Amino acid sequence: MGTVPQGLEMLRNYRALADGEAARARGPEKPKWGTTILFLAPAGVLLLVFLIYPAIYTVLLSFNRGRNGVFGEWVGLDNYARLFADPDFVNFSTFPPSGALWNNLLWLVFYVSIVIFFGLILAVVAARVRYEAVLKAIVFIPMAIAATALAVIWKFVYSPDNIGLLNAILGVFGIGPVSWLGDQGIVNFALIAVGIWGSVGFATIILSAAVKSIPAEVIESARVEGANERQIFFRMILPMVSLPVSVLAVTLVVNVIKLFDLIFVMTSGGPGTASQVIAFTMYQQAFGAGQWGYGAAVAVVMLVLLTPIMIFNVRRFRSGSVT
Amino acid sequence: MTVLAEGMAGSRPRTPAGRAVAALNRTAIHVFLALIGLIWLVPTLGLLVTSFRPRADIQATGWWEISNLHLTLDNYRQVLEAQGMLQAFVNTVFITVPSTLLPLGICAMAAYAFSWMRFPFRDSLFLIVVGLLMVPVQVAFIPVLTGMRELLPDLQLLRGFGAVWLAHTAFALPFGIFLLRNFFITLPPDMIEAARIDGASDVRIFRMIVVPVSVPAIAAYGIFQFLWVWNDLLMALVFVQDSTKYPMTRAIQSLLSQYGTEWHLLAAGAFLLMIVPLVVFFSLQRYFVQGLLAGSIK
Repeated sequence: MGTVPQGLEMLRNYRALADGEAARARGPEKPKWGTTILFLAPAGVLLLVFLIYPAIYTVLLSFNRGRNGVFGEWVGLDNYARLFADPDFVNFSTFPPSGALWNNLLWLVFYVSIVIFFGLILAVVAARVRYEAVLKAIVFIPMAIAATALAVIWKFVYSPDNIGLLNAILGVFGIGPVSWLGDQGIVNFALIAVGIWGSVGFATIILSAAVKSIPAEVIESARVEGANERQIFFRMILPMVSLPVSVLAVTLVVNVIKLFDLIFVMTSGGPGTASQVIAFTMYQQAFGAGQWGYGAAVAVVMLVLLTPIMIFNVRRFRSGSVT
Repeated sequence: MTVLAEGMAGSRPRTPAGRAVAALNRTAIHVFLALIGLIWLVPTLGLLVTSFRPRADIQATGWWEISNLHLTLDNYRQVLEAQGMLQAFVNTVFITVPSTLLPLGICAMAAYAFSWMRFPFRDSLFLIVVGLLMVPVQVAFIPVLTGMRELLPDLQLLRGFGAVWLAHTAFALPFGIFLLRNFFITLPPDMIEAARIDGASDVRIFRMIVVPVSVPAIAAYGIFQFLWVWNDLLMALVFVQDSTKYPMTRAIQSLLSQYGTEWHLLAAGAFLLMIVPLVVFFSLQRYFVQGLLAGSIK
């Protein structure tokens, strides 16, 4: 158990990476074409065939009816028009709004903020007890488990009959039973709770490294100067963790946009269409309903949502700080 | 929560009242952390207990009622044999091993070229790799599937494991190249220079120096990729189309959609899926955490 904190070496290594830039400039003066091609060709060919060319193809297909995945009838923006008119995709005419895109927004707001909040609290509080490593390992275990298994674990906890743990606990207080996954107003929050349960360990480990990078003497001298613990938390710890928090937030946002397995296994987007998310819609439209052009349009929406993060990463990388 | 954040150990109050407050806060911390520990352990333990209980018992009482505890291995026997989970376990291994080893080799080679070889547009090409990190696999599904069906129907890629191996390998590349390149450039340049002056070729430097000294980073990435593929459902849904070749994630998903409340089967199936990642977690925890942390940007 004691080895969890050591796992942060790699994260620290990231900081040292920028230093490698200067060293890397060395190398043989003339390019050796044969060897270069030998080293790069397998990766290059696979990336071109499986990622770059398909991405361009998908963008084009999203402007086509695209029956069976091949180009046929060009329809301009029709797929996108239908997509944004589809109440299952996004619907602002009701209150609260609904649809897959709206559900992703719910995930974005609640999942990202609560994971960071719990991760920060646990990183700070657990550092003060002797069983820190054990606790961190326990919270981290869900990271090792498939989303499919998480789904089974929590479907069982949420079970609406007398064998579901959550309803049994509420029953003690005379509440329920609640149909956690069967009620349109609750289902998204029940799923987000599972997502949070799965990700807090990861956030704790990342933030714990940042919290511990603040030298103990600095905090101690602040105490001697008369700072109280609240001031130490808000004025010293919080500013120090702002960079790792932003990196963590980006990661969690990407998780939300790509979210699929958990939803597919736990609810299949149900009840009805209440818990669909965008990656689920893509899968269902393209492979369930055979609407390839329409599915391609959903995939392009995902790509567009991820583009700001792509630009952010490339910019960061060019400016020399690597994450 | 700020109550917990403040007044934690470390500061040493001098007055008795101050000490009493500190002790109270300490107790609050322990209670809070114990609660966290319980919330994170109990759901999994509950399913573990359930996987060993007879079907009739599971339907009758909650797993926490230990007065009614009879343990059996029947659920595992049934799910392995009658529900085909043994075959699914073997399929998961067949899918995972090549889908881990192929990207390891291909990424290490490309990462070496990006770190220690000179060629035009090296850094621009690497920026493309960084950009590709954020391209969702969904944009590749339709063309890749269509291509496998229409252009290469004779290869029968979708009937066997070929499609899923290729897809997992290709989609792993941007991250793997990025990660390993970032490790390789931290190696001491003098070491590489010295080998070059001695007349070593790039292939030799790669095999004899860079790979051996990078074993920890390669292992961390390997474990990350292994668990990624082992735990994956989406790619298996899209790229494995022969039902006798389904991995465990997909077998459990169809169990769930067929028998939504047969918890004796679902619990045993879920633990068969979890057992390998948990063993990896407890035995190689250090590499495991490193791999996942490094994988955080994926």
